[in-house]
Amino acid sequence: MASKTQKAPLDVKKSLQTAEEQFQTFQILNEEGEVVNEAAMPNLTDEQLQELMRRMVYTRILDQRSISLNRQGRLGFYAPTAGQEASQLASQFALEKEDFILPGYRDVPQLIWHGLPLYQAFLFSRGHYHGNQIPEGVNVLSPQIIIGAQYVQAAGVALGLKKNGTKAVAITYTGDGGASQGDFYEGINFAGAFKAPAIFIVQNNRFAISTPVEKQSAAKTIAQKAMAAGIPGIQVDGMDPLAVYVAVRDARERAINGEGPTLIETLTYRYGPHTMAGDDPTRYRSADLDNEWEKKDPLVRFRKFLEKKGLWSEELENEVIEQAKEDIKEAIKKADETPKQKVTDLMSIMFEEMPHYLKEQYEIYKAKESK
Amino acid sequence: MAQMTMIQAITDALRTELRNDPKTLIFGEDVGVNGGVFRATEGLQKEFGEDRVFDTPLAESGIGGLSIGLALTGFRPIPEIQFFGFVFEVMDSIAGQMSRMRYRSGGRYHMPITVRSPFGGGVHTPELHSDSLEGLMAQTPGLKVVVPSTPYDAKGLLISAIRDNDPVIFLEHLKLYRAFRQEVPEEEYTIPIGKADIKREGKDLSIITYGAMVHESLKAADELAKEGYSVEVVDLRTIMPLDIETIIASVEKTGRAIVVQEAQKQAGIAANVVAEINDRAILSLEAPVLRVAAPDTVYPFSQAESVWLPNYKDVIETAKKVLTF
Repeated sequence: MASKTQKAPLDVKKSLQTAEEQFQTFQILNEEGEVVNEAAMPNLTDEQLQELMRRMVYTRILDQRSISLNRQGRLGFYAPTAGQEASQLASQFALEKEDFILPGYRDVPQLIWHGLPLYQAFLFSRGHYHGNQIPEGVNVLSPQIIIGAQYVQAAGVALGLKKNGTKAVAITYTGDGGASQGDFYEGINFAGAFKAPAIFIVQNNRFAISTPVEKQSAAKTIAQKAMAAGIPGIQVDGMDPLAVYVAVRDARERAINGEGPTLIETLTYRYGPHTMAGDDPTRYRSADLDNEWEKKDPLVRFRKFLEKKGLWSEELENEVIEQAKEDIKEAIKKADETPKQKVTDLMSIMFEEMPHYLKEQYEIYKAKESK
Repeated sequence: MAQMTMIQAITDALRTELRNDPKTLIFGEDVGVNGGVFRATEGLQKEFGEDRVFDTPLAESGIGGLSIGLALTGFRPIPEIQFFGFVFEVMDSIAGQMSRMRYRSGGRYHMPITVRSPFGGGVHTPELHSDSLEGLMAQTPGLKVVVPSTPYDAKGLLISAIRDNDPVIFLEHLKLYRAFRQEVPEEEYTIPIGKADIKREGKDLSIITYGAMVHESLKAADELAKEGYSVEVVDLRTIMPLDIETIIASVEKTGRAIVVQEAQKQAGIAANVVAEINDRAILSLEAPVLRVAAPDTVYPFSQAESVWLPNYKDVIETAKKVLTF
């Protein structure tokens, strides 16, 4: 029987605390758009800084329009993105075209900026398979629905890139809930063991649908989970586009230099519901918390930063807004014009060669669909 | 020609395709230095290097995800799941991901993956090593499922599976690994996926079966021959897609059939075969089509497996019911 007569030889609580204290939030721009970490400032050109802002504004408009199109019944499945622009777009901004994105279901904006035509993103939302027919040369998968499944696949894509000698990375996204999945651990562990060029991003928006991040784990940060896989982990202010950019840029650099994967936790917030399919965030989030996070808004702080440098104006912002609205109108039109999908279309994409039983069923559905 | 056991024929097929296609990769738990727990990959790491044949961390879902990612980057992965009872750990990667990738991407991506795994009863394993779980795979759209019963078939089918541009689940029966030797050509050859094989010709009854039950059925056919019955044994070899043509031709010839599987009776491959016969050959039947299968319990603790597993006596008993109907 265990008796407690001896003092524990190791202070295990202290060693955990010491390790956890290493994971401090990395920030460059504060909420006021002031540079708080001059040494970490990326040397982006004025045009690049403006482009990053342009993308965030554009994507905010895309989100607003997508929500209203969904309410009008003109879009289907949609997971709102407002609040997460820095986390999503500044991370993609640090990539090259050869890099391969494995997204979660909320990560459609990264795909668009990586080359997925907007009308195809709308078709994905509407449940049309052409939305997932990624054009040649666009290195992305369609959004993953199973939480965390993309993490183990990212390890494989990264190992493949390494074996092919391609100077590129696999980058994947999940949320705070995703960091509880077995696939999260298997993915980072595999990539670490193979020193594969992968970047694992956890967009910690504090809620997995309704479950708060505090209930996901005893770990103080998600970034520290990287330690268990023996890879670098970093927690970033996910509302700060420059901090996100630098964290991903450096992770990419290490990865293509053969130094293996990095886990990046971005602290962010989704202003909207989990998806447009009936989720009501007032059931699990307070207005105070919403307000607290809206003060951290990535667009607000980046706008302030750029205005001070004379790189942004209302006029520029309006141009972007108009452009976004115009593009969305065009894309919806193109999505409307896409031929309706048929069950027979789907049968023909199951296998390279249709097996006999599908051929039989194909004939039956061809007759049904030609009526 | 060489005399080979099934495990040797499998190693030979793997070696053949590692030589033929520089994009083929073999990986899994203990497949490297150790050559796999059944020695299926014996010597392959030494011959082809650690870049082509390598050990992974111990996590089946990770192995599945790795296969998908490698396929996305142009490789032809041949992962091994150490025992098929561990498939539950990798069900999402197999049934939720690789089986759907071509469909999900509208044909943009495909998954030329062959998942190899040992399964099957009769060798006194601990739990979750012997289960016949092929039905789970056959029920998943987007997968092909192959179960060889002889060394010759194993080599030809495995080469076809590896060359296939869609995912194939290749299930190797533990009891057959070293059960017997057979002439196996040293050169390469393929056996098409989806083609059954008549292992014994007959005219009074068709026994339709696969895997280790092929051998129980052949033994039963020998016994029944002594009583004057001419029994045909159809080895499905591929259970998804089924070779309907061969099944129906055999049943139309004999007018009587039984279907034999090692798996539990519930929602099984045998039920699927019976349904296909009913759909397509009901007017040729002289008797109902009956099944021989294991009872609907969890795979038994090993001391009970000799009774639990269907054997040639069970096959004879059911065959006689149909023959004398």
